[in-house]
Amino acid sequence: MEESVKIEAEGISEEAEEKVRENEENPVLSVRNLHTSFFTDSGEVKAVNGVSFNLKKGKILGIVGESGSGKSVTAYSIMQILADTGRVVEGEILYNGKNVLKFNKKEMHAFRGDKCSIIFQDPMTSLNPTFTIGSQINEAIMLHTDRKTRKAATARSIELLEMVGVNEPEKRISQYPHELSGGMRQRVMIAMALACEPDILIADEPTTALDVTIQAQILELMKSLQEKMGMAIILVTHDLGVIAYMCDEIIVMYGGRVCERGTADDIFYRPCHEYTKGLLRSIPNIENMKERLVPIAGSPINLLNLPKGCAFCARCDNAMKICLEEVPPEMEMPDGHFASCWLNVKKAAEQEQAEKQAGAAAVKAGADTTAAKADEKTGEAEV
Amino acid sequence: MDTARKNPDMPLPKKNPLSLQLDLSKFEKATDEEKRQQDVMSESTTFLKDGFRKLMKNPLAVGSIIVLLAIILMMIVVPHIVPYTYSGIIKVEGVKDPGAKNLMPFEYSEMEKAYMAKGGKIFPHIMGTDELSRDYFVRVVYGTRVSFLVGVFASVIVVIIGVLYGSISGYFGGRVDMIMMRIVDIIYSLPDLLVIILLSVVFRETLDFSKVPMLQKLGANMISMFLVFGLLYWVGMARLVRGQILTIKENEYVLAARAIGAKPKRIIWNHILPNCISVIIISAALEIPSAIFTESYLSFIGLGVALPMPSLGSLASDARSGLQSYPLKLVFPAVMIILIVLSFNLLGDGLRDAFDPKLRK
Amino acid sequence: MADSKYLVDVKDLKEYFPIKTGFFGYEPLKAVDGVSFNIKPGETLGLVGESGCGKTTVGRTLLRLYKPTGGEFRFNGELVTDENITDLRKQMQMVFQDPYSSLDPRMTVEDIIGEPLDVHKLCTSRADRRERILHLMELVGLNAEHATRYAHEFSGGQRQRIGIARALAVNPKFIVCDEPVSALDVSIQAQVINMFEDLQQKLGVAYLFIAHDLLVVHHISNRIAVMYLGRIVEIADANELNEKPLHPYTLSLLSAVPIPDPKKARASQRIILKGDVPSPLHMPSGCAFRTRCPYATEHCAQEIPQLTDRGNGHMSACFEK
Repeated sequence: MEESVKIEAEGISEEAEEKVRENEENPVLSVRNLHTSFFTDSGEVKAVNGVSFNLKKGKILGIVGESGSGKSVTAYSIMQILADTGRVVEGEILYNGKNVLKFNKKEMHAFRGDKCSIIFQDPMTSLNPTFTIGSQINEAIMLHTDRKTRKAATARSIELLEMVGVNEPEKRISQYPHELSGGMRQRVMIAMALACEPDILIADEPTTALDVTIQAQILELMKSLQEKMGMAIILVTHDLGVIAYMCDEIIVMYGGRVCERGTADDIFYRPCHEYTKGLLRSIPNIENMKERLVPIAGSPINLLNLPKGCAFCARCDNAMKICLEEVPPEMEMPDGHFASCWLNVKKAAEQEQAEKQAGAAAVKAGADTTAAKADEKTGEAEV
Repeated sequence: MDTARKNPDMPLPKKNPLSLQLDLSKFEKATDEEKRQQDVMSESTTFLKDGFRKLMKNPLAVGSIIVLLAIILMMIVVPHIVPYTYSGIIKVEGVKDPGAKNLMPFEYSEMEKAYMAKGGKIFPHIMGTDELSRDYFVRVVYGTRVSFLVGVFASVIVVIIGVLYGSISGYFGGRVDMIMMRIVDIIYSLPDLLVIILLSVVFRETLDFSKVPMLQKLGANMISMFLVFGLLYWVGMARLVRGQILTIKENEYVLAARAIGAKPKRIIWNHILPNCISVIIISAALEIPSAIFTESYLSFIGLGVALPMPSLGSLASDARSGLQSYPLKLVFPAVMIILIVLSFNLLGDGLRDAFDPKLRK
Repeated sequence: MADSKYLVDVKDLKEYFPIKTGFFGYEPLKAVDGVSFNIKPGETLGLVGESGCGKTTVGRTLLRLYKPTGGEFRFNGELVTDENITDLRKQMQMVFQDPYSSLDPRMTVEDIIGEPLDVHKLCTSRADRRERILHLMELVGLNAEHATRYAHEFSGGQRQRIGIARALAVNPKFIVCDEPVSALDVSIQAQVINMFEDLQQKLGVAYLFIAHDLLVVHHISNRIAVMYLGRIVEIADANELNEKPLHPYTLSLLSAVPIPDPKKARASQRIILKGDVPSPLHMPSGCAFRTRCPYATEHCAQEIPQLTDRGNGHMSACFEK
């Protein structure tokens, strides 16, 4: 995307300044201006259009958006597990300063699984139904760690299963995936992903296929494992509730672009993008139970037909002429989070104008008062 | 939940160096009309249109369509142009020419040469003649016609019976399905070649074709072959259709149709069959070459069409005897079989790639 | 005489599916095991529960897509049987969960919405049919220009609108909504929920609103029934159920719902249930929930608790709470 409109540091609150600094300081993963496209029969589908973010060590980053917003594709781009027709066309993905996209096969293999692993939405289809749980975890362990014997690997498997809260792990390792419930399977997937203690865990809608009570178990587990092992988690989901519960930082995506990124509090309490605002308004909430919901109008975007300007403009109530024509730049908000919305630019411009006028007025007023004071003084002196 | 509005005292974005260059007229509110222009629905395509477009992008499929069209055109046009018949000895000026046997392509017999010297016109023997002084090109074309018709006809029979049987079995399921599928299993286990031989013997003895001239020409073997296709080969299609229907039946739109109150006939006809039509067409296209093949090898072993009607298989069989001296006589029908079978197979594959939703991205 | 105050009156509905266990043996899978509830005209009853609890089966059994194993269902005072169901399908309809698989991909929008009209022969002429279809499309907020398009050209939310228009075509009094918004994006869900509410106001239809999302159900429903393994464990007014849940399962369900508010989410004390839902083929004795219930006692293992009125029509099936 266009270079972020930087705001001079002066005048930003202390807290915000710290946030910015933190953000820049050695992130474990840093995605810069990522563009991923799929080349299909009907043309180029631009699934991700210039996404940038930093993932800090030991933090949970949430990527939220609706279907087709490019949130999963972003995650897959990091792991380089895109479908055959998909390709990263621009940008870089820096893992500890090294560009993942430039990795050769061997380095990539070491990165995948060793440093970065992924768990998918559907634990049934991501486990091979013809192998036992044990042999599948063993494979991951023997491939990526120095436990090369089956016995050592099995011991580690049992340890891992115990860690993710699978009861009777000794029995479970000889069972097949279909013998386990959905929640158990997801736990097994997590155990596999954690087999070699990765720095980054990508969770692509890990609880969408699960029931609410099981979802609560899995989220709790992920949180406690994160605290114990200290890895960074990228949590991709469409569920704002899950995001609110889990994440330190949040990226809101729409139409393959980042709308807004910041801490959970920034996004939920001080949203600065019309899409985020609309999203928060549209979900049913204990407080608005008997009121009508305020939906976002229109239909999700067609990625084959991306608008020239802001992806959200067609559904935005406050869309302006510029929104239809130009892509909004990412802009830093006073509280230190980033949003890409022309309304913010407008607000800033208006304020500046107001300030200028106020400044001029103040200068004038100041002149008057000094004059008055001078008068007074002279008066006093006279007295 | 509009927290932004609830916190009016939230600080506004601070100084922006770009703001000085901003054109404020652009920051007017956009009209609904302008917004709507952004929200265009992609062009309407139907499933068939989309599939056809994909098919046309596949060079192998397009090539086979062209070859097949050329063969069909040849089958229709050639008998009207070439002045020879498939069964009669070549005649020159109304006189039979026994010397015109086993000619090479574009070769002329003594009588024909003499006639041509007199200034008469003789249509060339494009593929030569056979040992009974018949024009081989016409025979090959007629043979192609027979084989082609057998293939198409057999696959029509197979489709009709298979689809009916399979859809009833698949839709009603349960005990009906169990019994119908066991019958299919029994038929599947019969050795088809043996049944064809047996049936053709039986039919030759019992059925009297003499009253129906069309059938008489084809002969008992041919009729039994159709019957065998009708009796035996539909089972594969029936299984396929049943499997398709079992999966389509699980879709919620079938449930929705039942909730509306639609009767089974309507559901099968309006919802289930249209959704498995692509699979049916694909396998029908693949059924044709296999029927042609069967016909050819049955004719080759002497169980095919009655003489003097040629088929590609019987032509190849006849050519066997003089293979050493006249190898071309085997080459022509063999090439024809290969062309037809290969084209249908490639077309079938192309159709599958274009229409089978399971292979779609 | 049936109590015709209720539009829908279900008593002790049972639906067992035979599951093959051996070469000849069949064992009943008790998907729905004695469910009773009623719905007044123009009212919405929410039905929540986890997957496999039988909530979808309840909806489908009401429309006789499955033949009930036991119990009775009176619609407007009339006992529903195999004989009169075809006629009654003009008065009750269903909206399905998956907007992708519930619309026939080979049919145009016009034909999909027009199908109920054709089946019940409700139109006098082609022009009449066309007019009614366009009216229905307008009712659910679809552009009339799109009548000749195919379902796959629409987005999920628009597809769900088509499904709703189809259900409305026969002018029903009662619609079973089987997870109608679960497959939709968050930003679209609100549109569809609003539409359900508007249609109820305009047409006075009653809904059985099946969903697993408690917030959505709470928003749309007058009353809510909570199901666990084929039985209703609690049924109450929507607000009351949220404020004063009685059954321990409802309690844990409510606390497990992720709240889209970081501060509240961090502060909330979540009751996290242990273990998984037992398989309906091997149901625990007594109360089905006792294996995961923090308050379970001996008594719960011996006897199945029945729904008892706790005042104000708030019914709960628990011995301890």
